[in-house]
Amino acid sequence: MDSGLITQFIQQIINGVSLGSIYALIALGYTMVYGIMRLINFAHGDIYMLGAYVGFFVTTQLQLGFFPALICAMVAIGIAGVLIEKLVYKPLRASSKISILITAIGMSLFLEYTTMYFLTPQPRTFPPVLPNTIFHLGDVIISFQQLVILGSTVVLMLLLWYVVQYTKMGKAMRAVSYDTDAALLMGINVDHVISFTFALGSALAGAAGVLVGIYYNTIDPLMGIMPGLKAFIAAVLGGIGIIPGAMMGGIILGVVEALVSGFISSTFRDAAAFGILIVILLIKPTGLLGKNQTEKV
Amino acid sequence: MALLEINNIHVYYGAIHALKGISLKVEEGQIVALIGANGAGKTTTLRTISGLLHPKEGSILYHGEPLHEMKAQAIVKAGISQVPEGRRIFAPLTVMENLELGAFLRNDRDGIRNDLETIFQSFPRLKERTFQQAGTLSGGEQQMLAMGRALMSRPKVLLLDEPSMGLSPIFVQEIFHIIKRINEQGTTVLLVEQNARMALSIADYAYVLETGTISLEGTGAELASSEEVQKAYLGG
Ligand SMILES: Nc1ncnc2c1ncn2[C@@H]1O[C@H](COP(=O)(O)OP(=O)(O)OP(=O)(O)O)[C@@H](O)[C@H]1O
Ligand SMILES: [Mg+2]
Repeated sequence: MDSGLITQFIQQIINGVSLGSIYALIALGYTMVYGIMRLINFAHGDIYMLGAYVGFFVTTQLQLGFFPALICAMVAIGIAGVLIEKLVYKPLRASSKISILITAIGMSLFLEYTTMYFLTPQPRTFPPVLPNTIFHLGDVIISFQQLVILGSTVVLMLLLWYVVQYTKMGKAMRAVSYDTDAALLMGINVDHVISFTFALGSALAGAAGVLVGIYYNTIDPLMGIMPGLKAFIAAVLGGIGIIPGAMMGGIILGVVEALVSGFISSTFRDAAAFGILIVILLIKPTGLLGKNQTEKV
Repeated sequence: MALLEINNIHVYYGAIHALKGISLKVEEGQIVALIGANGAGKTTTLRTISGLLHPKEGSILYHGEPLHEMKAQAIVKAGISQVPEGRRIFAPLTVMENLELGAFLRNDRDGIRNDLETIFQSFPRLKERTFQQAGTLSGGEQQMLAMGRALMSRPKVLLLDEPSMGLSPIFVQEIFHIIKRINEQGTTVLLVEQNARMALSIADYAYVLETGTISLEGTGAELASSEEVQKAYLGG
């Protein structure tokens, strides 16, 4: 077999996993919020965009480095997520699914265009907060940035796994997600669990925003639309409401996109992503890790 | 003053008038049974006590405090715990995690550990399955888990909704033994059952619910020997 082809294949896998880990971070927020509230938070992609702007502000105005930017974005966006939940979604909790969905779309547009109003539609260039080092493994190239993205995602996912699996709040999240009424009978304050879930999901999206700013160098107020949709596909692909499913879905989607860009054409990339969504909805609507209708987390 | 006192509550599901002014009392230390046919409103009554539903009219007093104004969380904290109809265990979580969630509002680590031990002693089958997913347990084991989980909050009043539902006769016997033992150890019990014979045999006092109203009440023995109850609920 042609060794050039193999090299290119490995290269695309590396690129795909880097991109996919970012999709996975965003997809986690979709899936956790859905697990708790059965709400597709269509503003989630824009929450990620806000994260990129916080990162931009911290690195340019405050002249701080990568880690402070990541932490600040996670904290600020975690708080923003809780505020959005409390001010926008909570008053609608008893409303019909369709009103909540429309509100989520409205919230998405609101975030996009207020950002545009205050910060202009002008794309901003992220300062080079990480060295531009490139590592050669034979003919395969890995950038230092890719390693940082992968490392950060792995650490964040391990942290999330620990929180969900071992802390009291994490157990409460799983309980509410499986059976809200039974959770109420345990004395669990469902409002707190919902806020906590929004905080976690939004903080991860905030982190993803900073990582993307670093990876692609440029950010703008509408940057959340496409990755938001892709992350939604990733969440559905893995099985909406299932945390490991979102991680898996994100990586698979990233790898497929990279392979399609590398071997077919990058213009066909998005078509491939949405094609996957259609195929999944046709063949296994519950997603790769979804078992049946009643299984939720 | 009774420990738990329901006064003339009316509960609706939208336009459906499910409880049409029912009143009942549970004295401290008693087992009180609530029996009735399908759809009579038994589950609705327990869900209203636990704060999952709210009465449009009437009051629920616990130690004289207005329970119907409290949130579900505060009601558990006040000492009222429920084993819901259909058990409603957290199937994807382990047996241990289910029990830990029962103690969600408690912070006394040592007390929780002791209570876990006590529950494992009463339900040895659960101990063998500590780290197994709760959804893989048999029906009877799930009922035990649901009871153990409710006991982990150290309730003063335990609400049980059809604990014998779907269990084999041997398990039914065992569950009723356990209910009696829980009561003897000082927990007041409000027991909803379709198995009227078993329920009346252990109840100090009982109420019959018929389409949203209390139609009969009396001691367990009185009702068990009443002609109406015999005809309608004891099959003869
Ligand atoms: N979520 C609901 N929405 C509308 N009506 C309901 C709802 N839940 C119960 N009902 C109605 O309220 C009435 C009382 O129901 P409830 O579940 O309290 O009865 P039950 O005595 O517990 O019956 P079972 O023995 O079958 O459990 C029934 O007529 C039922 O159809
Ligand atoms: Mg019932």
